[in-house]
Amino acid sequence: MRTRDIAGSAGIPACIERREARTTVSVLIARLQARNLALPTRGLRFLSAAFLCLFFSGCRGGIQSAIDPAGPQAGRISKLWWLMFYVCSVVFVLVIIAALIAVVRSRSKQSKAARVEKITDKPKLSLSKAEEQRMTRTVQGAVAVTVVILFVFLIASFSIGRSLSSDMENKGLVTIEVTGHQWWWEVRYMDTNPSKIFTTANEIHIPVGQPVTLKLHSTDVIHSFWVPNLNGKKDLIPGKDATIWLQADQAGVYRGQCAEYCGLQHAHMALFVFAEPVDKFNAWMDAQRAESVAPSNESEQRGQQVFLTSPCIMCHTIQGTQANATTGPNLTHVASRSTIAAGTLPFTRGHLSGWIVDSQSIKPGNHMPPIALNSEDVQALLDYLQSLK
Amino acid sequence: MAKTEKREEKKVVETTRSLSEESDRRELERTWVHGTTMMFLFAVPIMEGIGLYLVPLMIGTRNVAFPRMNAYGYFVYLFGGLLLYGGFLLNIGPDTGWFSYVPLAGPAFSPGKRVDIWAQMITFTEIAALVGAVEIIATVFKQRAVGMSLNRIPLFVWSQVVTSFMIIFAMPAVMLASGFLAMDRLVDTHFFNPAEGGDALLYQHVFWFFGHPEVYIIFIPALGFVSSIVVTFSRRKVFGYTPMVLSLIATAFIGFGLWVHHMFATPLPQLGQSFFTGASMMIAIPSGVQIFCWIASMWGGELHLKTPLIFVLGFVFIFVIGGLSGLMLAAVPLDLQVHDTYFVVAHFHYVLIGGAVFPLFGALHYWFPKWTGRMLSERLGLWTFGLMFVGFNLVFFPMHQLGLKGMTRRIYTYLPETGWGDLNMLASIGASVLTIGVLLFIINFLYSRRAGVIAGDNPWNADTLEWSTSSPPPSYNYVYLPTTQGRHALWEKTEDAPVVVGLKTDCREVLATNVMDAEPDHAYQIPGPSIWPILLALATAESFGVGIFTPWAFPIGAVLAFAAFFGWFWSDPNSENREVKERKVKPKPEPSVKLAQQEEGA
Repeated sequence: MRTRDIAGSAGIPACIERREARTTVSVLIARLQARNLALPTRGLRFLSAAFLCLFFSGCRGGIQSAIDPAGPQAGRISKLWWLMFYVCSVVFVLVIIAALIAVVRSRSKQSKAARVEKITDKPKLSLSKAEEQRMTRTVQGAVAVTVVILFVFLIASFSIGRSLSSDMENKGLVTIEVTGHQWWWEVRYMDTNPSKIFTTANEIHIPVGQPVTLKLHSTDVIHSFWVPNLNGKKDLIPGKDATIWLQADQAGVYRGQCAEYCGLQHAHMALFVFAEPVDKFNAWMDAQRAESVAPSNESEQRGQQVFLTSPCIMCHTIQGTQANATTGPNLTHVASRSTIAAGTLPFTRGHLSGWIVDSQSIKPGNHMPPIALNSEDVQALLDYLQSLK
Repeated sequence: MAKTEKREEKKVVETTRSLSEESDRRELERTWVHGTTMMFLFAVPIMEGIGLYLVPLMIGTRNVAFPRMNAYGYFVYLFGGLLLYGGFLLNIGPDTGWFSYVPLAGPAFSPGKRVDIWAQMITFTEIAALVGAVEIIATVFKQRAVGMSLNRIPLFVWSQVVTSFMIIFAMPAVMLASGFLAMDRLVDTHFFNPAEGGDALLYQHVFWFFGHPEVYIIFIPALGFVSSIVVTFSRRKVFGYTPMVLSLIATAFIGFGLWVHHMFATPLPQLGQSFFTGASMMIAIPSGVQIFCWIASMWGGELHLKTPLIFVLGFVFIFVIGGLSGLMLAAVPLDLQVHDTYFVVAHFHYVLIGGAVFPLFGALHYWFPKWTGRMLSERLGLWTFGLMFVGFNLVFFPMHQLGLKGMTRRIYTYLPETGWGDLNMLASIGASVLTIGVLLFIINFLYSRRAGVIAGDNPWNADTLEWSTSSPPPSYNYVYLPTTQGRHALWEKTEDAPVVVGLKTDCREVLATNVMDAEPDHAYQIPGPSIWPILLALATAESFGVGIFTPWAFPIGAVLAFAAFFGWFWSDPNSENREVKERKVKPKPEPSVKLAQQEEGA
């Protein structure tokens, strides 16, 4: 069902509606607008309201949003964001007010009297000692307040930073190895029993309410794994191991994207996280562990033959056939996935055929060569691939 | 359902047909060349360039300490810039970003010569920056006007000195990074190749050990502009001179201790990262001190709201936002969300355009009369500011939101369903407004150069020494070197202020003073124009330019450089010849005319 949702709109599922139902942000806008009533003039009030609306409309929901958290880690980070946002806003307003008052109260007489090109005013060299002392004390006070605010930020940052991993460490029941490639994600579900290990690509399913351990690697260049609704990002650096923990408290689909420039098609390196109830997740795991579906009719059989005799077999694996190369994504259950080309296109027959015949016009520079097939072979191959649920 | 699918398909086909590998690459390349230009060819050189022009004037000497080395630095910079832009125009520009992380920029993933051109260009421009820094330090420490002890140096000059020290410590790090990268690519050294025992993370450490101080190298001279402008237009002694100077120095020190905040997403231990969080937040203190001191100066002064000061007020507005978003980036958890997104793009444009370009435009409006002898149009100046300010905020403020909504950096396209379209449109409109503002400045510049009001020596009635010589200044700055009696040299000048006499007026003779108190020490002659600096620059260019293709360029370059050095030093001690040359360059009557002017003025 969800697969269909996604296919409907190039990879963005319909679960956005759920996110919009949350009202905290709109309450916030109302509260802030109410506070603005204190502002002196109508025009200013309108301007600031417009400004705030613009700002908050930009921050409303989304399946790839850092401040619309769906898990405990992203939730804590977004709390830190709002803390810093409000404190910094107050600081900003105070500094600007001080500067404006300074400008208004201190305009020189010459400057007020006439528009002159040049300045002839005598500089003030003997300053009032009392006023200088007052200003010194004010500046000292402002610096002291700055220091206090910085300490608050530092402590908040440090304690939240610690909680992001310490709550999760060694508690993950599911361990997933994610390997970055130019420009797609290899996803491997680990298990102590080797026969239960299976590989998929670009889509990660996780059980709701449970921490999941992700081990990150890269085989070529540096990528960065980022699913903003669930957690911050982590780099995948060749030759280094990195671990990140995720937990989704709400079922849904969350989009992620490579966040470190990794070459020409960096823009087309997305992934989806499907957070599902535990039983559904277990069913999905079982389905993924199975070998690929055997061709059930003539066309699918021909499609399998095309796959095994064309360049496809050089790079892809389909468990249960002779195809076991690992350069490209594992296609054993490719039809159970909702997108192709790392979240670039929905998984439909049309897109799939376009991708097979000429992937370079869709994602220029990617490492899949154009495959020259006659149209009957293409249709048969599509039949076969679409049967790989 | 089938129908929508078909429509979807058609849309995708339409959008993808126009794409090709070439156009995508060009699109990204423009971004990389923008970043590289702004960081290496614009921001640091323009700040140093203005410093090299103004510092000798401001400290009351005739020239920088080593003019030939200065010429060498300029030509190296020029050749480096030509290399980058030549590559870009020939479609072999850089394609791995302005910081070219390995292994993407390594030989395995970036074949061809694009990255080599980038790496060698870095080395070029940093030689130029180092040369400029040495000039400024030597000039300020040894050639100040008599009486200008360390605690009387104008804040602008302090900012240049602090920046120069930062350059001396930061630039070698990036030359190491770019040099190692070039060697990895040219002679297979494997510094950064994990498969052969190298380390991809090492590159990031070395690069950002330069990269973060770089931001302050750009920003601190701008603080100098702001201080000069605030003092002049608030018509009072600067508030908090000592804390301001100490803040500059503190910024420089702390600036070297926070490079890891560019690498929070890498697998580094948490405790280590917290140290850099602390340092990154600590640097807000000296910045805050300076903002507060400027506001206090304005508070207690009598303000003239001229264009330069308006630009400074714009700077305060924008830079405070940039500084505060910088605090957010210093917090590890928040950084992990917004790192490498448009939030960061917004942040660094707020600090670099707000923190450096707005003061720079203020400085251009402020010193234009000194450079050209004419005033800029005040009305056009205010329009320039208005358009730039509105345009800038329209471009970059929405990017904060885009980053929080998950828009990553360095993508040349995104799916319409992400919902990033509207804010990006707003940014594009803002970019046009900003561009109109800058064009207006260029028009103002060209018009006022020919038809502006004649400025006179000191149109702003300002306090620093450069305003005591004519506008534009003669090539030798001063016939009689001035002396100073206080921090605000011209404001505190007494009627019978002495000048330095006894220096030759027919050759480049300057007075060396001692470091602490600027007491006169000895007179010495600095060398005249020479062909050797440009020849040495060509030898350098040969090494690094041809070095893109063959390692043999380096031994050949070394021989050529030796020859150039030989010529350079051979000609130097022959001072008599030089004096003859000098006489030819500067006919004698000129100084005496200047002398007459000075007497008239008095």
